Amino acid sequence: MTVLPYLVAGWIFLIGVYGLVTSRDLIHAVGCLAVTQSSTYVLLLAVGYRHGGTAPVFADTPTDSRVVDPVVQALALTDIVVGATVTALLLALVVQLRKRHGTVDPDALSELKG
Amino acid sequence: MSARLRLWVFLVGAAGFAALFAVACFGLPSFGSGYHPYGVRAVHAALGHHTANVIASVNFDLRAFDTLGEETILFAAVLGAVVLLRQTQDEHRTTPEPAVVHPRVRRFALLTLPLALLVGLYVIAHGQISPGGGFQGGVVAATALHLLYVAADYRALERVRPLALYEVGEAVGEAAYVVTGLAAVLAGSAFLANVLPFGTFATLSSGGTVPVLNAAVGLEVASGVVVLLARFLDQAVEIEEPGEGEEDAQDTGDTGNGDADDRDDADDGDDGDDGDDERERA
Repeated sequence: MTVLPYLVAGWIFLIGVYGLVTSRDLIHAVGCLAVTQSSTYVLLLAVGYRHGGTAPVFADTPTDSRVVDPVVQALALTDIVVGATVTALLLALVVQLRKRHGTVDPDALSELKG
Repeated sequence: MSARLRLWVFLVGAAGFAALFAVACFGLPSFGSGYHPYGVRAVHAALGHHTANVIASVNFDLRAFDTLGEETILFAAVLGAVVLLRQTQDEHRTTPEPAVVHPRVRRFALLTLPLALLVGLYVIAHGQISPGGGFQGGVVAATALHLLYVAADYRALERVRPLALYEVGEAVGEAAYVVTGLAAVLAGSAFLANVLPFGTFATLSSGGTVPVLNAAVGLEVASGVVVLLARFLDQAVEIEEPGEGEEDAQDTGDTGNGDADDRDDADDGDDGDDGDDERERA
């Protein structure tokens, strides 16, 4: 079945969003966001895959060898770096929330505070 | 919105997404097919610029301007995290107690540390000829430093980690990227164009500006990750929540009590400080 890898990416996305929707804990929600984002890695790598292709690095392979698509791999790399730093920023926000409001339950965070 | 209603809204949306996404997937070229017009052109361009690692070529040559944006996101995210996690007026800092480390753990971590650091630097330097580059190598090098935290304790880590230096390092990495781009402009070409000689294929000096940009990114990522981890570790190890210091001191019993009180007195003097002086003293 040739569309299975794409469908797996969609499934990971939905699992991540489900976790975000039902989350009762902001740390858990940040983790779910990371899962949601990882679906894009699967999608990108699935789009770039070629049967029989090797890594697009020609240091010790002949320059006419069959390689997988390097463009989507570069995009996945960008995705990972941005994802990691944004996750760190969100976790920093959660740390401060826990300190100021004493809770990490998003449902308990209804009041405004100066 | 109640949890049940929220779940129903999600389920309706998810069903719609799943249906549309599945239809879209069946319209995509089948998995593993050979038709990759962008990939073929990227490989051609990379080989033309003597860069063996096509991914590095895409990131630092073809899409160098995009990577500058990406690097700026990284810079801004680290800056944001540092601002969010700074020590506030009502928090105070305690010096963590020296921890007991199992000798085997200590030996293994101390052996691995230089090795991991070397691997990190190798990955940064060989970004244009082997898988890896500034982003990956930077993370390896930065996390290698934290093996000292595993091997010894937090104070040992702080000794090899003058945080201000790494904060400067992060900014220098970002600046070096822009300066490399501007140097191309001065050389009479476009911003971030590859103007350096391409060198011999598959050697360390190949790829023109690719290794230079790799090094800049490596410096920024390594410094950024060190700063980021330092701020999170500060929160976990050193900074106590407002009003919880006294309870903690009582919990640890008679040994910790006197020390904690002394430290409270010392801290009262420089509450308005940004905390850097305190760290250097520790």
